[in-house]
Amino acid sequence: MTADPTQTHLAKDLAHDRPLVTCRFAPTGSMAFAGSEDESIVGWNVETGEKVQLKGHESWVFALDLTADGQTLVSGGGDGRLIWWAVGADAPMRRIDAHRGWINAVTIHPDGSTVATVGNDRMVRIWSMIDGTQVAELPGHERPIYAARFDAVGKHLITADLLGRIVFWDVETREEVRRLDAAKLYKYETGQGVDYGGVRDFSLGPDGARLACSGLIEASNPLGAVSNPAILLFDVADGAPEPKLQRPKEDVKGVGWGVRWHPQGFVVMASGGTGGGWLWFFKPDDVNEFHKLNLTNTARGLDLHPDGLRLATAHHDGHLRIWSMSEPTPAKTT
Amino acid sequence: MKRCDYACGTDDHTVSRRRFLGGLTGGAALAASSGFGLSSFVRPTVASRLAEQQKQVLVIWLAGGLSQLESWDPKPHTETGGPFRSIETSVPGIQISELLPRTAMQMHHLALVRSLNTSAATQGDHGKGAYVMQTGRTQLPGQEYPQLGSVMARYLGTERDPLPGYIHITPGGGGLGRNEAAYLGPRYAPLYLGAGHAPANTQRPGHITAEADQARHALRARMNDRFASRRRTAETEAYTTTYDQARQLMEKRDVFDVTKEPAADQERYGTHDFGRHCLLARRLLESGVTYVQVTHSNYDTHNENFSFHLEQLGEFDQSFSNLIDDLAARGLLQHTLVLVMSEFGRTPGINYLYGRDHWDASWSVVLGGCGIRTGQVYGSTNEKGTEVKDKLVGAGHLFHTYLRAVGLDPSFDFEADGRAIQLADPTARVVTELLA
Repeated sequence: MTADPTQTHLAKDLAHDRPLVTCRFAPTGSMAFAGSEDESIVGWNVETGEKVQLKGHESWVFALDLTADGQTLVSGGGDGRLIWWAVGADAPMRRIDAHRGWINAVTIHPDGSTVATVGNDRMVRIWSMIDGTQVAELPGHERPIYAARFDAVGKHLITADLLGRIVFWDVETREEVRRLDAAKLYKYETGQGVDYGGVRDFSLGPDGARLACSGLIEASNPLGAVSNPAILLFDVADGAPEPKLQRPKEDVKGVGWGVRWHPQGFVVMASGGTGGGWLWFFKPDDVNEFHKLNLTNTARGLDLHPDGLRLATAHHDGHLRIWSMSEPTPAKTT
Repeated sequence: MKRCDYACGTDDHTVSRRRFLGGLTGGAALAASSGFGLSSFVRPTVASRLAEQQKQVLVIWLAGGLSQLESWDPKPHTETGGPFRSIETSVPGIQISELLPRTAMQMHHLALVRSLNTSAATQGDHGKGAYVMQTGRTQLPGQEYPQLGSVMARYLGTERDPLPGYIHITPGGGGLGRNEAAYLGPRYAPLYLGAGHAPANTQRPGHITAEADQARHALRARMNDRFASRRRTAETEAYTTTYDQARQLMEKRDVFDVTKEPAADQERYGTHDFGRHCLLARRLLESGVTYVQVTHSNYDTHNENFSFHLEQLGEFDQSFSNLIDDLAARGLLQHTLVLVMSEFGRTPGINYLYGRDHWDASWSVVLGGCGIRTGQVYGSTNEKGTEVKDKLVGAGHLFHTYLRAVGLDPSFDFEADGRAIQLADPTARVVTELLA
């Protein structure tokens, strides 16, 4: 079955009582997890809606990832702690102080041997999944790092920061091997004296040849949330790629908090801000979206279900919403 | 010399000393006449000490409205607390936000007021908030009261000072040019150092040699003396005094040059603007300036409050903590009152943009140094920070307290246009628990 973004509709509305900040599907597809402002992780069975809550952080939970078998969850919080959880148990397996300040992203290597973390302390760190020991520290970013992910084959770790600097690290040698510049998503606003923007999320294309970065442009008033969501698309195979800007047709204010490259070749972005919450669907060659969907509440996180047919969005109103990209099933009549 | 009460409408009160010194334009300048020096309202018991050791004031103004929850009154692990934790300070039992680790180590030099409510005067408006915090009074149509800096310049400054009594270092332009000194007269208005730059037109033009400049000055002095021998008036005296002060200021122009400070200090304070401005503040205080205000911008974080506070308070913490440490080590803190304030605080509630909005019902300010009983927390808020729990104070109470901390009597009546105006709001009182 193929996804049809134009048919996207709300399939499940999973409620929590405090705002959510991020979300992740388990690779097995059975569970969806969200980090919350109440310092907990909330998990739902995607089919039954059954809810679990994991408590162990002492700050907001900003980052989540799971092993390929869906059995182990690793979370990072504003407390700088990295916590391992056995899915199904309610107590942490392991807890380490990993960063000074917030952990903004957690990504588990495809082979399950290591987990990488990035944070506001501008450090990239790699940890053993077996015993939690630090196996590498990769300095190089000069500002808070917002996003991190291993590529599909685990050869590179990619990290991206507030300034829009994207770094490719060779996992084997732990050397920086490449940089891309997404500075179009960053602004120093002189009048307010603040830095703003950066790469808030990114996603590699199915063949690993293209990279979609989400964030914001036209930040005329960062303190007042006046900016527009946008995507920068890089052709990674190109030696010196000039990114392509994708943006909504209309002037809808917000930030592109999450982006995913769909296996069928389109890109989806979730935005949130004063313009509300939206899903935007782009074809790689187009500047503007071919479809959009209002989410009823501002979005703060996005993930794609392994079946390629569903999306999850994390919301300020505490709801995790599951969206189906297929034709709605007609309601049963008796 | 003719005694002149201010607000009398004469020319000598229509051109400010700030403007004269802030942009010297040769003979275009007019000047005020009298009024410098220790006032009769200084408490007699401390008058001699004030004369001996000038009291000074340092104000750090965190423009836009600092979040009390990300600074002085953290509420971690609550619905309103946000993602940052609290940390211990140099004073056992006092905790502040983890965003201020270096300032935490200076807490023994500081006192926190966590029970400030300015909602009646502020109504969430930046301008009204700034007014009440700077004057201790609610802004009302047709009434103008002098800012704290003008009051301090007026009553703590001395006639001998070649430097302006009220200097305000701003991150951007040269200030708004409002009626900051009100009835005290424009002489006590601030000299704005926009972006920390020295006042304009204080450098001798390159084509005039030092010898030629001295010769010009001698000629002017001779002509001035000749004129004064026959037609000496208060106004001509004021011209002469101000002209001499301007020359002294030009000679002391290096005071504004922060690059004269050791490179290690520049590094220690931070290479960002606020670091340079705090180092300049130290330099100005060491040079005897009565009142120095440094503005750091911008804390008006309706959007992404936490990331912006992380960035702004990172700068603040580095520079402010070093400044306090240095003032203490150099003995300046003994006679320098230190204040950290904004126009208001920020909402305990976190909005959908990760932001906090304007909040004036329960917020915090910091006092320290001269006359303050430091190492204490005064007042408290409830668990979520939404209400003052005890020891409620208003901006008027704080204004009284600032004056008393430097040995001035807040109940002093100033005569303006034949009308007696109490320097501090008569409906407020000194918070004696904050005083040493």
